Amino acid sequence: MSPIAYFTTLEPQVQTAIIKAVEIVGVLLAVVIVVAFFTLAERKVIGWIQGRIGPNRVKIFGLPGTGGIGQPFADVIKLLFKEIIVPANADKVLFLIAPLIALVPAFATWAVVPFSPEFVLADIDAGLLYILALTSLGVYGIILAGWATNSKYALLGAMRSAAQIVAYEIAMGFALVGVLMASGSLNLSDIVRAQSGMFGWNVIWLAPLSVIYFISGIAETNRAPFDVAEGESEIVAGFHVEYSGATFATLFALPEYANMILIATLVSVLFFGGWLSPLDGYLASSAWLAQPSFVWLAAKICFFLFCFLWFRATFPRYRYDQIMRLGWKVFIPLTLVWIFVEGLMVYWHVGPWHR
Amino acid sequence: MPSVRNIAKTLLLGELLQGLGLTFKQMLKPKFTVHYPEEKTPQSYRYRGLHALRRYPNGEERCIACKLCEAVCPALAITIESDASPDGTRRTTRYDIDLFKCIYCCFCEEACPVDAIVETRIHEYHMENPGENIMTKDKLLAIGERYESMIAADKAADAIYR
Repeated sequence: MSPIAYFTTLEPQVQTAIIKAVEIVGVLLAVVIVVAFFTLAERKVIGWIQGRIGPNRVKIFGLPGTGGIGQPFADVIKLLFKEIIVPANADKVLFLIAPLIALVPAFATWAVVPFSPEFVLADIDAGLLYILALTSLGVYGIILAGWATNSKYALLGAMRSAAQIVAYEIAMGFALVGVLMASGSLNLSDIVRAQSGMFGWNVIWLAPLSVIYFISGIAETNRAPFDVAEGESEIVAGFHVEYSGATFATLFALPEYANMILIATLVSVLFFGGWLSPLDGYLASSAWLAQPSFVWLAAKICFFLFCFLWFRATFPRYRYDQIMRLGWKVFIPLTLVWIFVEGLMVYWHVGPWHR
Repeated sequence: MPSVRNIAKTLLLGELLQGLGLTFKQMLKPKFTVHYPEEKTPQSYRYRGLHALRRYPNGEERCIACKLCEAVCPALAITIESDASPDGTRRTTRYDIDLFKCIYCCFCEEACPVDAIVETRIHEYHMENPGENIMTKDKLLAIGERYESMIAADKAADAIYR
C-alpha cells in the first residue's frame, strides 16, 4: 500500500495530527534556515556599514558567484565538530540542558504567529498571552547557563540579562495592552484583521508604543545596543563564556537569532499589519498589490531584521544604569501616557475606533 | 524653551535617526577592499622583498666578497666567508642571510658596488621547517637566476635616480 493510500485510511484525528506535525517541522526548519542566513546577513550588513565586504569566500559546491553564501553552513559544521568543554566546577546537568531550555521558548512561540491569512499553526484565542509568557521564559535558559557555569563573568552576565528583561518586559506588556485596546482581541490573526483598511495599521495610532515595543524587543533579545549581558569589554562574553561547540551554537546562536526573527515578526504582526498589504485600502481590493499574502509579512520581517543589524552597527553599547533608567523611567511612563491617550481616542472616537 | 525642544528631540529620537542615516549612507558607498589572491595592489619596482644574488650575463658571479653588505647590515643578518676561487678571483664560500633577522631595509643593496645582492619584489614566501629561514648562497643564486629579467628591469627603471 502506498503511503498516501495508507494515510487516507487513518482516523481523521490522526490525519490532522500528522499534517500538523509536518507543518510544525516545516516552520521550524524554515526558522532554522532563516537563522542561518541571518547570521550571514549580519556579517555582510555590518561589514558594508563598516566599509568592508563581509564573508565572501565559502561557495556552495564551488559554484562561481556564490561566494559567502556557504558561510553559515561552514560555521555550523565547524561548531558541531568542536569539543564541548564542561568546566570542572560547573553543574554538569544544568550546564548541558540550559541551551535546550533557551531553545524551546524561542521555537515554541512560532506556533501562534499568523504567517498568512490561511496559515497559522495554532489559531488560539489567547495568542498574545502565550507570546508574552513564552518570550519571558527565554531568559531562564540564560540565567541557568550563567548559574550552572559557576563563573563570575557568566553569573554577572546572567544577572544583567535577568534584570534587563524584567525591566523591559513591563514596557513590552504595556505596549501590548495598547494593541489589545486597538484590536479588541488576543488572537493574533484577529489583531492583523483589525488593522485592515486605510490608516488601519496600529503603528499609525500607536506610533510611540510600536517604537517602544521594538526597542524593548531589542533589549529582550540582548542585542546591541542593549547587549550588556554579553558585554565582551567588561565581562568577557557574559552568560556563554564557557560554552563551546554545539552547546554554544544551541545556546547562543540559535535562540538569540530565532528570538530576533520572532521580535521582527511580532512587530510586523502587531503594529505593521502582518500579512496585510501596505496598499490595502488605497487600491481597489481586487488589485493584486492590495491582496494580503505571506510576501508582505516576509518583506516587513526582513526590514525589521535589517533594523536589528543596522542598530548594532550604528549605536554604541548603553551603560548598564542607563539601560535601567531607559526601561523604568522612560519607557514605562511613556507607554502609560500613550495608553491614556489611546483611551481618550477611543472615548472620542478618533482614529480607527470610529467604526 | 530650549529644554522643551531638547526633550522633544530626545523623544523623537532625532540624534539616533541622524546616526542611522549616516551609517546607511556608509553602507551604500563602494568598498575598496582588494580581493587579495585574485587582485593585487600595484607594486613599486623598489619593493624590498626576498633577497637574490645576481650573475653577470656570462654566468660569472657578481659578488666579489667585499663584505660591505655584511658591515652595513643593521640587523647583522648577513654572514660571509670568502676564499680564492679556482680561477684566482676573490669569491664567497659562504653567503647566508637570516630572514628572521633581516629587517628588509635594503642597505645591503645600496652598499653593494657590483649590484650583486638585491631585494626582489617577491613577498609571498614562507618557511615550513626550522633552518629554512637561512638563505644560503645556492638558494640566493637560484632566485637570482630565476628572476633575472624582473630584477634587471627593476634596476633599469631605478637607474635614472641613482
